[in-house]
Amino acid sequence: MSTRYRLIKSNCILTLCALAVAVALVPLVMILFYVISHGAAALNLAFFTQIPKPVGETGGGMGNAIVGTLILIGIAAFIAVPVGVITGVHLAEYGGSRFASAVRFSADVLNGVPSIVVGIFAYGLVVLPVHRFSALAGGFALSIMMVPIVARTTEELLRLVPPSLKEGALALGATRMRAMATVILPAALPGILTGILVALARIAGETAPLLFTSFNNRFWSTSLTQPIGSLTVQVFTYAISPYEDWHRQAWAGAFVLVMMILILSIVARLATRRLERMNRG
Amino acid sequence: MKPREDRFFRYFTGFFAALVVFAVVGIGFELSRQSMLSIRKFGLGFWTGTTWDPVSGEFGALPFIWGTLYSSFLALLIATPIALGIAIFINEVSPQKLRPLLSYLTELLAAIPSIVYGLWGIFVLVPIVRKLELLAPESLKKIPLFSGPPLGVGMGAAALILAVMVIPFSSSVAREILKSVPMAQREAALALGATRWESIRVALNYGRAGIIGAVMLGLGRALGETMAVTMVIGNNPQVTASLFAPQYTMAAVIANEFTEAADDLYLHALIEIGLVLFIITIIVNALSRLMIWNMARRSRPAVPKPIVSTEEAVVA
Repeated sequence: MSTRYRLIKSNCILTLCALAVAVALVPLVMILFYVISHGAAALNLAFFTQIPKPVGETGGGMGNAIVGTLILIGIAAFIAVPVGVITGVHLAEYGGSRFASAVRFSADVLNGVPSIVVGIFAYGLVVLPVHRFSALAGGFALSIMMVPIVARTTEELLRLVPPSLKEGALALGATRMRAMATVILPAALPGILTGILVALARIAGETAPLLFTSFNNRFWSTSLTQPIGSLTVQVFTYAISPYEDWHRQAWAGAFVLVMMILILSIVARLATRRLERMNRG
Repeated sequence: MKPREDRFFRYFTGFFAALVVFAVVGIGFELSRQSMLSIRKFGLGFWTGTTWDPVSGEFGALPFIWGTLYSSFLALLIATPIALGIAIFINEVSPQKLRPLLSYLTELLAAIPSIVYGLWGIFVLVPIVRKLELLAPESLKKIPLFSGPPLGVGMGAAALILAVMVIPFSSSVAREILKSVPMAQREAALALGATRWESIRVALNYGRAGIIGAVMLGLGRALGETMAVTMVIGNNPQVTASLFAPQYTMAAVIANEFTEAADDLYLHALIEIGLVLFIITIIVNALSRLMIWNMARRSRPAVPKPIVSTEEAVVA
C-alpha cells in the first residue's frame, strides 16, 4: 500500500464528508424555500383574523388555531417550567445520590418517548375520565415533553455557576435553599430562560400528542375544558384534504409555525445576551 | 433550624424530581392497563397476525411492526454515513470560521416540525419519488425491492424523509463524541505517518461506543416519528420488502385510527401497539445513553489510555 494510494484515499473520503454536508443542506434549503414561497403567497390578513370556512367555500383563516397553539404552549409552560426547574435544582444540588441518577435516567427516557405515546398517556389520564377532549389534556401532553428538556438544561446551567459563589453564600450562614434562591439560581437564570424558550419552540411544532387530547376545533374557543384548534393539527387536516384552497392554507400555516419557532429561538438568543450584560453591569 | 430547612429543601425539590420518574412509570402502567382487553384476547398472536380488520374485531399487528422496523432500518442506512460525514467534516476538516454556521444549519433541520416535513413530503418529495419510480426500468422492477406500481407514496418516500429527520440528531451527538476524543489520539497517529483520514479513523475508533450510541439515538427518533411518516407512507398494512409499496407504521396507525376506534377492543389494540412502541424506544434509548455515558466517562482522564495499538493506527 503506497503512500500515494493512502493520500488519495484520504482525500477522497474527506471530499465525501464535505459532500455529506451538501446533501443534508439540500432538503433544508428545499423545505425552507417551499414553506416561504408557498406560505408567504397564501398569507393575508384573513388568515390571522378568521376561522376556517366550511367545506367548499374558499377563504377563511386559522386565527382560532393560532390562538389555540398559544394557549396550549401556555398551559404546557405553566406545568413544565416549575416542575422542570425544581427538578433541575434537585439534580444540581443532590446530583450524586442514586435517586438523582434514576431521575436523570428517567428524564432522558422521557425525552425519547415517541410523542404519539405521550398523547395516549394524556388521553388515558385527562380525556378518558371526563370523556371529553380538552385544551387542558393537550397542554398536559405537551408539558410531559417539555419537563425533561427544562430539567436537564437547568441542571447543566446550575452546574456551570462557579462553586465559589455558593461557598461564599454558605460561609455567610445562608441555608442551601437560600443560597440557591438568591445566589445560584439568579446567576444561571439567563441560560435557564433560554432553555425554556428552546423547549417551547420544540413543543410548539408538535402534532401527534394533540390529535386525541386537544383534538381540533373549527371555532373560536379559549375554554380550557373544550377541544381547541392548533396550528399543527389544522395544517395536518388541510394537508391530507383533497381541496386546493386548503392546501394553500396548509402552507400558510406551516409558514406561520416555522416563523413562530424561529422567532422563539431568536428571542432566546437575544434574551441571553441582554441578561448577561445586565448581570455583568 | 438550619438542618431542618435544608431537609425540607431536599425533600421538596426531590418531590418534583420524583414526578419525572413517576411519569415514565405512569406511562408504562397506564398503557398496559388500557390495552388489557387486547392483550388478554389475542396474546402473542397479536404480533404475528397480519389481518387488521376493526369491523370483524380481528387485530394482527405484524404489518405495523414490520413497517416501523423496516422504515427505521432504511432511514438509518441512508442517514448514518451522511451524519458521520457531517460530523467529521465539521469537526475535523472545515475551516474554524465555518464551523458554527455549518452546525447551526444542520441543527436547523432538527428544529423544523414533523408536520412541516410531512407537508413538504406530500407536495414535493412524493411527486419526485413518483417520477423516479416511473423511470425505473422493467428489469429493475422484477426485483422484489422495486416491485409494484409507481405511486410515489410508500416505503421509499418514508425512508427518505425519516433519514433527513434523523441526520441532525445522529450528527450532533457524533460531533460531541469526536470532540471528546483527546487530541493526542490524532496527533499520535499523524506523528506515526498516518494520513489525515487515518488519524480521523483512530479518533472514530476511540469513540466507537459513543458513535454507536449516536446512531441508536437516531434509531429511537426514527421508530417513534409519527406525522411525517403518516403523511407519505401510504397507510396500507402489508408486509413486503418493496420500496414502492404503500405500507404502515405503528405510530401512523395510532395517529390515524385512534379517534375512530369505536369499541373498546379496537382502542385497546391500538394502545397495545403504543405500549410496544414505548418499550422498544425505551430499550433503544437506554442502550444509546449507556454507550454515550460510558464514552464520556472514559475520555475524562487527563492521560487517556490508548485503545488502539500503534500497529492498527498506521494500517490504512
